[in-house]
Amino acid sequence: MFKKILIANRGEIARRIICTCRKLNIQTVAIYSEADAQSLYVKEADEAYLVGKPPVAQSYLNIEKIIEIAKESHAEAIHPGYGLLSENATFAQSCLDAGLTFIGPSPEVIASMGSKLEARKKMKEAGIPIIEGMDIALENTEAACQAAEKIGYPIMLKASAGGGGIGMQRIDNSDQLVKAYEGNKKRAESFFGDGTMYIEKLIEDPHHVEIQIIADSYGNVVPLFERECSIQRRNQKVVEEAPSPFISEATRAKMQEAAVRAAKYIGYTNAGTIEFLVDSKQNFYFLEVNTRLQVEHPVTEEILGLDLVAEQIKIAAGESLSFQREDIERKGHAIEVRIYAEDPKTFFPSPGKITGLQLPQGPGIRHECAIEAGTVVTPFYDPMIAKLIAWGKDRDEACKRLLDALHHYKVGGIKTNIPMLIETVSHELFLKGYPTTSFVENYYLPKIQEIKSK
Amino acid sequence: MTKIKASMAGTVWKIVVSEGEEVKAGQDVVILESMKMEIPISAESDGVVKRIIVQEGMFVNEEDDLLEIE
Repeated sequence: MFKKILIANRGEIARRIICTCRKLNIQTVAIYSEADAQSLYVKEADEAYLVGKPPVAQSYLNIEKIIEIAKESHAEAIHPGYGLLSENATFAQSCLDAGLTFIGPSPEVIASMGSKLEARKKMKEAGIPIIEGMDIALENTEAACQAAEKIGYPIMLKASAGGGGIGMQRIDNSDQLVKAYEGNKKRAESFFGDGTMYIEKLIEDPHHVEIQIIADSYGNVVPLFERECSIQRRNQKVVEEAPSPFISEATRAKMQEAAVRAAKYIGYTNAGTIEFLVDSKQNFYFLEVNTRLQVEHPVTEEILGLDLVAEQIKIAAGESLSFQREDIERKGHAIEVRIYAEDPKTFFPSPGKITGLQLPQGPGIRHECAIEAGTVVTPFYDPMIAKLIAWGKDRDEACKRLLDALHHYKVGGIKTNIPMLIETVSHELFLKGYPTTSFVENYYLPKIQEIKSK
Repeated sequence: MTKIKASMAGTVWKIVVSEGEEVKAGQDVVILESMKMEIPISAESDGVVKRIIVQEGMFVNEEDDLLEIE
């Protein structure tokens, strides 16, 4: 086992990794930008090193500097968390070249799944259902229009290197496509350095359901059930739960099989997630592979009683999985909400100083939290400041516990999305377990408009 | 003369008008980037862009002046 691990991340996920490392008696090394010097994870790590100026390009994305700190501090492995460098194949390779263990899959797997077009191709080869669409990059607006005619509107225009919803747009006709194509391509170029675009047929009103898998280096792949993450705003998840209240046992079994087949086909190791869209008839289609720990991993941990970070570290250290598929038992229901520093009506960010913080306690309540009273939420990073997870013996109990906790969750000094989360979690459709990815647009936003105009 | 101010702290991502240009109320003049999101800043009234105070890539705080409109 490793003696010391460097965490190439910040905020709540850095704290989460430190927590597991302590349990495993592993020393931790934190890196921080000038903007994060006072952060909780910096205080909690055994060692902490300044990595650079606040903008991510000068700090958390500085591969050379991070490797240098890892060597200097004698860390043996690097945990990348999620976001930032976690799905950067060059970073994973740089770790290996420097003699460090990268806690995640191989650079080759990261690279091939990082290109969504390449991932589509691989999944098709593996026999996984994919959305009708094109397998080659669009050359220009004209080619895009031709391909779209062939597939039929409405379509989704997507960036091959995309993430976080950037460069992605629903298109209903050729006029819209002509207008959107160049802008989305440029945006993809400026955000990801790659403007490769492609299109897929739009799946109307889908559910987002993903399968967590864990794989060791000896060919053992175990599926760890699904998470449903249909409540999204700006194509980013807000509420996640396990198990999905929507899919049937038969669909669940088929999706788990598909995820295992996909993982084996691409030679996946460590923790990963295969994302799918599921339509109203329970047909499921491959969306993408996330080659890292997900933000929403705690709901899986809560229903299975597992520590996914510990499993990741053990696999990276060369251990084989300590359990088989038959050993995995799911118990109860867990729901996570992401607390964002943002206006609950416009979803615009709300940086500033947190003047007070009250975290609700109670049975089944878990917190993953990056802040305390006095923390300054800066404009440099993602607006997610905390996660609240509620477990219950069934979905009803989990919903009740979550709603009760949300009512007692107090963040002073900045705006948060807590009012939006309360609206969502107490909505009749949510309580019934019906929401699709259109929930915010079709039910939440119209309600807000109604309240405003009163 | 009115000064257009930053509605929140962030980085000036794009300046979409130039000095001397006529703008209408509600038209986007600057796009800030804050917390990985594009925040459009629009003119409050019709007028002509007299002076652009900030540059692309610059960090601004909430209430900082971005440009002047006459």
